[in-house]
Amino acid sequence: MTQRKKKSEFAKLPAGDKVLLIIGYVLLGLFVVAIIFPMVYIILASFIDPITLQNQGLTFDFTKWTTTAYARVLENSQIWVGFGNAILYSVLFTIISVVVTLLAAYPMSRADFKGKGFFNTIFVITMFFGGGLIPTYLLISNLGMLDTIWAILIPGAFSVWNMIIARTYYMGIPRDLQEAAEIDGATEMIYFFKILLPVCTPIIATISMWQFVGMWNSYFDAMIYLNSASKQPLQLVLRSILIQNQPEPGMVSDMQSTAQRAQMAELLKYATIIISSLPLLVMYPFFQKYFDNGIMAGAVKG
Amino acid sequence: MKKTSTPASHGGGSSKLHNTRIYMQQHWQLYVIFMMPAFLLTVIFRYIPMGGIAMAFTEYNPIRGILHSEWVGFDHFKRFLSSPDFLRYLMNTLKLSVYGLLWGFPIPILLAFLLNRILSKKTKQKIQLVLYMPNFISVIVLCGIVRILLSPTGMLNALLGTSTNFMTEPGAFRTIYIASGIWQGAGWASIIYTAALSNASKELKEAAVIDGANIIQQIKAVEWPAIKDTVLIQFIMSVGNIMSVGFEKAYALQTDMNMETSEIISTYVYKKGLLDGDYGFSTAVGLFNTVINIILLISMNTIVKKMNEGKGI
Repeated sequence: MTQRKKKSEFAKLPAGDKVLLIIGYVLLGLFVVAIIFPMVYIILASFIDPITLQNQGLTFDFTKWTTTAYARVLENSQIWVGFGNAILYSVLFTIISVVVTLLAAYPMSRADFKGKGFFNTIFVITMFFGGGLIPTYLLISNLGMLDTIWAILIPGAFSVWNMIIARTYYMGIPRDLQEAAEIDGATEMIYFFKILLPVCTPIIATISMWQFVGMWNSYFDAMIYLNSASKQPLQLVLRSILIQNQPEPGMVSDMQSTAQRAQMAELLKYATIIISSLPLLVMYPFFQKYFDNGIMAGAVKG
Repeated sequence: MKKTSTPASHGGGSSKLHNTRIYMQQHWQLYVIFMMPAFLLTVIFRYIPMGGIAMAFTEYNPIRGILHSEWVGFDHFKRFLSSPDFLRYLMNTLKLSVYGLLWGFPIPILLAFLLNRILSKKTKQKIQLVLYMPNFISVIVLCGIVRILLSPTGMLNALLGTSTNFMTEPGAFRTIYIASGIWQGAGWASIIYTAALSNASKELKEAAVIDGANIIQQIKAVEWPAIKDTVLIQFIMSVGNIMSVGFEKAYALQTDMNMETSEIISTYVYKKGLLDGDYGFSTAVGLFNTVINIILLISMNTIVKKMNEGKGI
């Protein structure tokens, strides 16, 4: 019924609009295909015997299919160390960062807060100006934080941008709620935790997701601050396999010839990409509903 | 940012101070519990390093510290500005981001217009699911994908029937960087416009349709006005970030052979500073970068304000 209605709507359009719409849909379709195609290619390639892949490319001759790359990647302990560290860093960072940011956003959202202009200036300046790489590195070094988890978790924990977004969201909460709380003699703490935060779950979820994904996917801080192999997050392990062409020891060392090792190293990349990206790609659709409202909250007033 | 005047601000000087003190005593939790963590983090990790900028003017020696290192004034800046590589790094940085902006900025807007025209809500959601997906792939994995697909035996060469190693071609670097950026980010960047478009008044649009407006006229009269401000703000922000092209991706796409185009200021700062230990010089180059960035942001904001009847950030 609705389908037919839509069709007739399309039929009623002027000819120029029809052409435009068709061109538009084709463009959109092409973009979607361009996104999916490389992903499908990598998934398929990750199952193909390395020699066949190099000589023939993709094949649907299933006798040439193998899961050896997956076995080799999953058997490697450094990948698991990387996963463990990435989860640890991302979870802790998200908690610290979201707590600090949500707390700071509250006074900033209150019209009567004295010192708001001062704090605002202090915070906003850091969005555009900073000491840069070396002074920050030396500070972390002088604080004795090099090669510790704190170098990853603490310096970037407060995000001014997220604070602004949370503040904007708080300001959109009806004032009656706050006035009612004040009449009851509730302190800031009670109002904040019992009344304000529970109605802010969409924005908390959004910010948490951003921080989690951001930490999970970054590698720069870990690269410059962490040296020990045991502390490396997943992205650094991936970096040596995918970018530096250095598979973890043991992944290819049993192969006889250099050529075989190189082919296996290449195949390992496909499997590594799939294994490392799967967790976020599987989880992300569950967060999709939070995207729009979070971004809108930030967009209302910067 | 909007400044709100405090209720007490009409009072006299001393009573104002008095009021502030009473307010702070009554609301001490706001300062000690809510503000303190963010304030301390900002001061320690953002402002103390700003003091470290002084090392840009010294021959910094880690053992002696900033105060006792040899003061060299603007020597590092002179050395950088007069080096034959300076112009190349600057142009590499600028080209990468300006071309990236020219190609990358309009596509999310176009995507949002297209998505807005899809009548079925379910279809729209499915397409969005695919469009947003690459955003959740890490920089390293993205660059890994790019490297294997573009390798001499990779997908692209198989499709073209060639065996070029694109990763060692200096001429291919910017295209690779920008195209992979659009592949990963355009869908995600369209969210903000999609959201703004869905706020566009439905009645206005229906009225336009009844008046017989075609799609182009509808876009001009209803949809563009609904997202114009968002587009402007996004544009100013992008211009303000022109000099801070992502280090992570450029570094992960660099090979020994494509340095001619892939060495940008931020990767150079990293190599000079942390790999070669030339702290003073590296800090000077970083400072140069920041200052250009701020100048760009301010001038862009001024221009947009003038064009847009006083509305900037």
